[in-house]
Amino acid sequence: MSLRTPLARALHHGTARDGVGHWLIQRVTAAALAPLAIWLLIALLSLPDAGYRTVITWIAAGWNPVLLMLAVLIAAWHAWLGVQVVIEDYVHGFLPKTVALLLSVFVHVLLAAGGVYAVLRIALRSHA
Amino acid sequence: MAERPLSPHITVYRWAYTMTLSILHRVTGVALAVSLLGFVLWLVSASLGADAYAAILPLLTCVPCKIVLALAVAALIYHLCNGLRHLAWDMGWGFERADARRSAALVVIATLIAAALCCYFIFRLGAGPA
Repeated sequence: MSLRTPLARALHHGTARDGVGHWLIQRVTAAALAPLAIWLLIALLSLPDAGYRTVITWIAAGWNPVLLMLAVLIAAWHAWLGVQVVIEDYVHGFLPKTVALLLSVFVHVLLAAGGVYAVLRIALRSHA
Repeated sequence: MAERPLSPHITVYRWAYTMTLSILHRVTGVALAVSLLGFVLWLVSASLGADAYAAILPLLTCVPCKIVLALAVAALIYHLCNGLRHLAWDMGWGFERADARRSAALVVIATLIAAALCCYFIFRLGAGPA
């Protein structure tokens, strides 16, 4: 039995039924990012130097491209969800909030696509 | 929008240091979103070739840049440690006030130690052979 009034239903007010999804994906991406972040920190900080050859060789080596792409994709996903909540809490007014939310989606998708493309480019070139 | 009842604003509560950790989680989260932009730009410049990479390399090796890099790494370590604390809460662990304060202290100590260790490696990092 629904306690919602017919008017509320007609106006589409109330839950969109995806609130738990947001919460859950934030946690699942967090759980995936924890080991990825530790791997990335240790791997990057144990490089002998930050020079071009060293970096290119490391990015293309072994499973590093796969882990790097996962790290960028999942980090962008997790960051998008987190920034979304921050915007919803602190940016007021329909127009500024909508613009900020849209901008955030576009930037995060761009980061995910750019990062994956860069890693693929380096990895495929060095194995060609 | 109609006036709706609001819950009391946080300023009515007596300050507890766990509140600082809570807001720091958000602050470091936003800082890390910005850091992700820097990380992707680093990957993209490496993918564009040696010349493009050489152009951004000073951003990894100059001292002020290393300070920013160290802060980003410290933010990552804090967000990671406190994030694990959040995941534990989500499973119902450590909700008692004494437990929450103990885990807060643990997060601060772990962050300071790990961040100091990472700082050593960041400041050691050189540009390498051209």
